[in-house]
Amino acid sequence: MRKITKYVIIDILKNKIVIGYTFLLLVLSFSVLSLEDNSAKAVLTLLNIILIMVPLVNILFASVYVYNSAEFMELMASQPLKRKQIWFSVYLGLSISLSIAFLLGVGVPVLLYAASITGYTLILVGLLLSLIFVSIAMFAVVRIRDKAKGIGMAILLWLYFALLFDGLVLFILFQFEDYPLEKAMVALSLLNPVDIGRIMVLIKTDASMLMGYTGAIFRNFFGATNGQLITSLVLLAWIIIPFWLSSIKFRKKDL
Amino acid sequence: MISSKHINKKFGRLKVLMDVTTDCNENECIALIGPNGSGKTTLIKSILGMVVPDSGTITVNGQNISKSYRYREQIGYMPQIGRYPDNMTIGHIFDMMIDLRRKEGKVLDEALMEGFALKSMFDKRMRTLSGGTRQKVSAALAFLFDPQALILDEPTAGLDPISSEILKEKILEEKAKGKLIIITSHILSELDDLVTHVIYMQGGKLQFKKEIEALREETGFYKLSKAIASLVTTNS
Amino acid sequence: MRILPFILCLLCLRLDAAILYAGNNKPFPNITAAVQAATFGDTIMVSPGIYHEKNLIIDKPITLMGVDFPILDGENLYEVISIKADYVRVEGFTIRRSGVSSIIDYAGIKIYNRSWVAVVNNNVEDCFFGIYVQNGTNCLVANNRLKASAKTEQQSGNGIHCWKSDKLYILLNTITGHRDGIYFEFVTHSEIRANQSFQNMRYGLHFMFSNNDAYFNNSFSNNGAGVAVMFSKGIQMTGNYFSKNQGDAAYGILLKEISDSHINHNLFKDNTTAILAEGSSRIEMKNNRFVSNGWALKIQASCMEITVNDNNFIGNSFDIGTNGSLVLNNFNNNYWDKYEGYDLNKDKIGDIPYRPVSMFSMVVERNPAAMMLFRSLISTVMDKSEKIAPSLTPENLMDNQPLMKPVAL
Repeated sequence: MRKITKYVIIDILKNKIVIGYTFLLLVLSFSVLSLEDNSAKAVLTLLNIILIMVPLVNILFASVYVYNSAEFMELMASQPLKRKQIWFSVYLGLSISLSIAFLLGVGVPVLLYAASITGYTLILVGLLLSLIFVSIAMFAVVRIRDKAKGIGMAILLWLYFALLFDGLVLFILFQFEDYPLEKAMVALSLLNPVDIGRIMVLIKTDASMLMGYTGAIFRNFFGATNGQLITSLVLLAWIIIPFWLSSIKFRKKDL
Repeated sequence: MISSKHINKKFGRLKVLMDVTTDCNENECIALIGPNGSGKTTLIKSILGMVVPDSGTITVNGQNISKSYRYREQIGYMPQIGRYPDNMTIGHIFDMMIDLRRKEGKVLDEALMEGFALKSMFDKRMRTLSGGTRQKVSAALAFLFDPQALILDEPTAGLDPISSEILKEKILEEKAKGKLIIITSHILSELDDLVTHVIYMQGGKLQFKKEIEALREETGFYKLSKAIASLVTTNS
Repeated sequence: MRILPFILCLLCLRLDAAILYAGNNKPFPNITAAVQAATFGDTIMVSPGIYHEKNLIIDKPITLMGVDFPILDGENLYEVISIKADYVRVEGFTIRRSGVSSIIDYAGIKIYNRSWVAVVNNNVEDCFFGIYVQNGTNCLVANNRLKASAKTEQQSGNGIHCWKSDKLYILLNTITGHRDGIYFEFVTHSEIRANQSFQNMRYGLHFMFSNNDAYFNNSFSNNGAGVAVMFSKGIQMTGNYFSKNQGDAAYGILLKEISDSHINHNLFKDNTTAILAEGSSRIEMKNNRFVSNGWALKIQASCMEITVNDNNFIGNSFDIGTNGSLVLNNFNNNYWDKYEGYDLNKDKIGDIPYRPVSMFSMVVERNPAAMMLFRSLISTVMDKSEKIAPSLTPENLMDNQPLMKPVAL
């Protein structure tokens, strides 16, 4: 299994889109971090970019890659290998190589310019989001045979996590305006990994102080040991569950 | 060696395989033929575990394949379309396959690799290769581990005549060793000198499996293409 | 008010004034005895040491001078010094451990209904109230250092507490760990200058019903709720520094029912809300710098005739928040770092107006839990679309002459 992963990584790291993604992140990170003298503020600007770009690139690239590897996976399936090994190898290969791209593109500049707890949290959040969105991509792709439909689905899923979910939250907020919803907001935010990531970084910055009562509740939850444990578990679940479901589906899939 | 019993498979509402039962044994070189959409590729994929039949059992060396994956060590498969990850090199593909399949103490059969002069192209990326070269890679991989059975899906499509001849020589060589070889091809003339048996499929059903000599006697034609054509017309 | 120090100097010039010495191996073993012996204009010099005078009452116009900060200990039972005469000066003591009570306002030093009293250069430690001016006139509280370690608001009094007084001069004090740093109630014509008030439980400075006062060049930071100025008029707030007043109900300045006042040349940095104005009118805010606050200004719809001109707004999460659509205030000629307009005629004023109220800030104003979406893509999308077609934000709340470059301050 490690063998397939190794060659998948080699293949993806030489991919032009991944190289472009790395360079884009690198250029954005360096320009944001060097133009802004306040490193905490620069990290926040970078956060906004990462929260949009990382999910989009990861979910799209992973979907396209899996579709393009259909024949390769067929060939692998005709070898004495277990189906789940093949699927997991592809997941690992995608996650590791896209994580490497992220670490080069964002990790290195942040470590150079903004080596603070906020900076480290930003890197961690970016990595986790990479893993999560590859996982979500595989969850979507294994169900849809048609490539165009699958890529459309990937874009829709990205749109949902990046924008529509928050719109839904806003809708709920205003529907139940008369109730104290701060605690419910904490639970709601756990349903979207992008929101978790954003809040994880925000509470590490001064900005959280500016968030008033809601901010205080989020700080109490996400800042406390228990909260951090729960958050980590939830993020882990966001990585494992979509992949696990996709793996079950792939085991029985006709190639 | 490979036997299927009452295999049924539907893709959606389309019945692709209907009650397919057959036995394929050592010392047989079988031509699996039939019109487009007759279910040849699905049958092959079912044997290889790539397609899971709705009902029926397939056994390889007496072992049911539905729970197993190790039986594929005994099979070399050459797919119809060989597509590989764009940025892997031929070398990578071979290294990976050898890592995956090589058994301790077993010698690799590099005859085709040498015959097609693939070693000199080990640094080339798959993306840059022509369809024919990719076919050569697929063929070399199928024979590399000296398996008991070979399944070749349209093996000569896209190969130049010389390479095609090299591949045929290799098939004959393996046939002489008593291996089971299953070939699908549209170009029936190629199969004339190779095969010992014919399996004919149509509309998802296995029409017949016959020895080629019997077929020739029955129809009076030596050429496989003519024999099949006459059979199909008399049947319909 | 400027002649106040001069008059205090005159006080020392009485020619027949005596100097009395108190302390170990001195004519007077304790201060109470020395005060009893002293007459108008005398000076009592107190040697270093710890004195347990219970409640020391100064009822004649004398100067009480500590040498190397003798310690006056109230044993957590007494008011340490009670001043009940005019022209008293208390200088150079460490005053500690006053009594704590929920009925009586014990203080380190308390002035009772007197004028021309000076409390200078003392350390006031762990007192309930620090320095208490009750009904005083023309009094000076300068260069004192007040430090308490309040745990709850109930168990803590204010640092410098002034009630029903006139013409006070509060200068160069450092106050920390009290309930309110400086507290003014019914105090008029007074000046608070160059004090530092930080890490107090509630407000760094608290004004109630106090008219025509001024505070200059003070620094208020890390207080539980910042600075509150309420129910007063004619207040000058100039050259102060408000920073890190953070929390749900923490403000750089909370203005409530304030009128005819000026807020000029202040710096507001890292506050949750730099200024919140409620029910206030005729207030000039000019030449201030608002840097890295959550909200720079929250101006409720109950305010009118507030002019916000020539200020710099830099790096605030939200520039202006409001809770209604009625705008009776004026916001012109400010520099906003979020302004994205252009200046074709090169007059250094942007050609299109700037709308400082973002859609998202309106949403949060209505529903604070929406803060969960802070810095999310949807908040950006809302703000951008609102900029193109305003619907929720007040239509006429805008700066018609936004500056292209910050005001030089």
